[in-house]
Amino acid sequence: MQKLNINGKIHSVDVDPEMPLLWVLRDVLDMTGTKFGCGRALCGACTVHLDGQATRSCVLPVSAAAGRKITTIEAIGDTPVGKAVQSAWIAHDVPQCGYCQSGQIMSAVSLLAKNKSPTDADIDAAMSGNICRCGTYSRIRAAIHQAAERGGAGS
Amino acid sequence: MNATSGALQDGGVSRRRFLVSAAEVGGGLMLAFIFPAAARAAWISAPAGALPGEINAFVNVGPDGTVTFIIPKSEMGQGVYTGLSQLLAEELECDISGIRIETAAVAAVYNSPGIPAQFTGGSMSISSNWQALRVAGATARTMLIEAAAKNWGVDAGACRAERNFVYGPDGRKAGYGALAAAAAKIAPPDPKDVPLKSPSKFVVIGKPIARVEVREKVDGSGKFGLDVRVPGMLRAALARPPTQGAQAMHIDDKAALKVPGVVRVVPLSVGVAVVAKNTYAALRGRDALLIDWQALPDTTMDTDKLRAQYLDLSRHGAALVARNDGDAVSAVQAVGGKRVEAAYELPYLSHAAMEPLNCAAHWRPDRCDLWTGTQFQSPDRAAAAQVAGLPPEKVFIHTMLLGGGFGRRGNPASDFVREAVELSRKIGGPVQIVWSREDDMRGGWYRPMWTNRLRAMLGRDGKIHAWHHTIVGQSIMAGTIFQGMVKNGVDPTSVEGAADMPYDAANVRVDLCTTTAPVTVQWWRSVGHSNTAFAVESFIDECAAGAGVDPLEYRRSLLTGPNESRHRAVLEMLAAKSGWGGPLPAGRARGMALHASFGSVVGEVAEVSMQDGRPRVHRVVAVIHCGLAVNPQMIAAQIESAVNYGLSAALYVEITYTGGKPDQSNFDNYAVVRISEAPTVEVHIVPSEDAPTGVGEPGTPPIAPSLANAIFALTGKRVRRLPMIRGGKFSA
Repeated sequence: MQKLNINGKIHSVDVDPEMPLLWVLRDVLDMTGTKFGCGRALCGACTVHLDGQATRSCVLPVSAAAGRKITTIEAIGDTPVGKAVQSAWIAHDVPQCGYCQSGQIMSAVSLLAKNKSPTDADIDAAMSGNICRCGTYSRIRAAIHQAAERGGAGS
Repeated sequence: MNATSGALQDGGVSRRRFLVSAAEVGGGLMLAFIFPAAARAAWISAPAGALPGEINAFVNVGPDGTVTFIIPKSEMGQGVYTGLSQLLAEELECDISGIRIETAAVAAVYNSPGIPAQFTGGSMSISSNWQALRVAGATARTMLIEAAAKNWGVDAGACRAERNFVYGPDGRKAGYGALAAAAAKIAPPDPKDVPLKSPSKFVVIGKPIARVEVREKVDGSGKFGLDVRVPGMLRAALARPPTQGAQAMHIDDKAALKVPGVVRVVPLSVGVAVVAKNTYAALRGRDALLIDWQALPDTTMDTDKLRAQYLDLSRHGAALVARNDGDAVSAVQAVGGKRVEAAYELPYLSHAAMEPLNCAAHWRPDRCDLWTGTQFQSPDRAAAAQVAGLPPEKVFIHTMLLGGGFGRRGNPASDFVREAVELSRKIGGPVQIVWSREDDMRGGWYRPMWTNRLRAMLGRDGKIHAWHHTIVGQSIMAGTIFQGMVKNGVDPTSVEGAADMPYDAANVRVDLCTTTAPVTVQWWRSVGHSNTAFAVESFIDECAAGAGVDPLEYRRSLLTGPNESRHRAVLEMLAAKSGWGGPLPAGRARGMALHASFGSVVGEVAEVSMQDGRPRVHRVVAVIHCGLAVNPQMIAAQIESAVNYGLSAALYVEITYTGGKPDQSNFDNYAVVRISEAPTVEVHIVPSEDAPTGVGEPGTPPIAPSLANAIFALTGKRVRRLPMIRGGKFSA
């Protein structure tokens, strides 16, 4: 039995301790906002936060997440930075197909939580693990800059 | 799925071909717009009393005033929900943000205008509904106004509609909801008599309306195919044949069945399914299967060998003639002028949408439900019905959001649908088949590999005296529902963008050498154009260099025909917006390309430098002429998308085969563009009031040649083979 703190709620799940957190979220808890893209931490679609740190849930055994604070896209809007990032994403109409955007947003929030005003190079470094096949990259960049301006003010 | 042919060019269908049917449903107004031939089938197949829940209505104004818009097109990021809603809202005079969108069931009434299939592709969703949806909105508005006028005892001509209300001459107003039931009793006007606004009056069309489904795409609540949860649904992964057509001769499933969560192992007509309680168990179980595969004798497919064959065929293969003006074959051999010759090679490509393929199916003896992101509703329904042993009207496809399509989710064989139905039928319960990234990338149905040979003879003035283009590659349309497009053996998508190359030349010949290879091929964003644009636009640049003329000037001098007015408009705007000929930072150069596809023309100028021996694209200036710009914001987004999609293909990715197996498997060896490599893309739209033309695909074809031409301008080297970077090394 794994005890997981997800978005501030404790869930007990009876699963193989090796099962990646991604599949626990999606298939056991039916939290489908976190996406499956590659299964090998190559595309970032599955990004969640582990104690605030962007983490690829597709290769993270659930046992490694036990006892840590897991945040997913479903609750990221409850944080000021998360809310600012989602608002900026809407303002720039970032998503196209939208499939990668949960992961993009989780990576962006993790970046902004540590770096209140990232440069383009900082954005490249933090966001290069997240692939978008619709090519929304320039809007992602613009939205992160906007969220930095507004989120930094604590809105 | 090219649909630039005449019938769709003018914005779709004639209004005389509509039937309007109005019904009062639950106190609301339900409007259906039906093509006569399709209508009968649809209405007959509808079980008695099926309305309102099931089929056929495009627009419903509910008693609470909610406008429900039933959309038969798949949203895969191209913005179709938004664009189509704009067309409806403009004439219905309703608040676009209040429109409730419902995805349509599969029914003949939802077929694409002019094509007997319900599908999303060919960059035609807006152009083919341009007329229909405005008429739909205007008809509903007319009926609502009439209902109000009748109620008030005033002349309908003295009333007007605005933002979900009808206003009378004396300032009285009534909401659409209150009028809906009465409106449903009014005979619908003849569609041809319904007045439509002139573009100068548009308040919704032409505006940068935000994506209507944006919110669910930033908070994780949007439901893609993989997100479907059906009670009791199991998950499955398939052990797929390592080479095309290989058969499982012996299956040892002992280890697989020991994986916790694995329920059973089920051999299917293609592959072996491991059914489990969750995806992880299914994938682990799949990995634990021991299967002896018997390969077909002819699957020793090797891309290097195929490449050599294609180059040989491009020189002297037996070809069919797709265009023949004058006598280009002799003229390119003539003495006295300047001869230019080059071969351009392009690889197989995977679509690699972010959401791996998947389909959930629930087969029962009397009906079959499918949940998937598909571009191909009616072909999928037909295929599913066949596998299910049920009539098509007993198959219900629930179209989910598509995590990218790019053509792959409209599969000619309905591959990801058939296997799910087969498995559900065999296990007798709901099941979702999940493709791993590796399954998706190695599963075939690629953009074809192509080789082009171009030969030109330039006159003394440097202009083109003769042009001979030979294209070698597999047919995309053969064997699909679009087979009928193939005429005299020539698949028009193999030669689109080549047979209609726009440059003035006295002698033009375009030959097609259609090959066969043990690789399944399929439309990939822009279909034949990603090949022909690279060949034609690279070669015209080579001709310009041969003539010693600036590439912009050269194109300008050769785009003089009556059909090239869009090309000329794009070229001039592109020259101005890109600062063509103006100063650039040291170490950078520009290259240009322009190409017509799906009724639109897109020109792109790439600014490139070389960094660590590899090309780096800094900025792309794009100009599109797509008729009236229904949503400039969405158009810009599509061009940005198309540039990055095409840039991955130009620079990095290919599917190669060794010993019958694809060499690539995931994003490490199919390394698409990431944010650090994505250029700034500036999009400019040529103002126009022509009926809208395609947007989703036309931005892709010009990026590879504009990049190659920029590299030539910078280094003097021609890149004639894609991708430009293979094995980590740039090679020109």
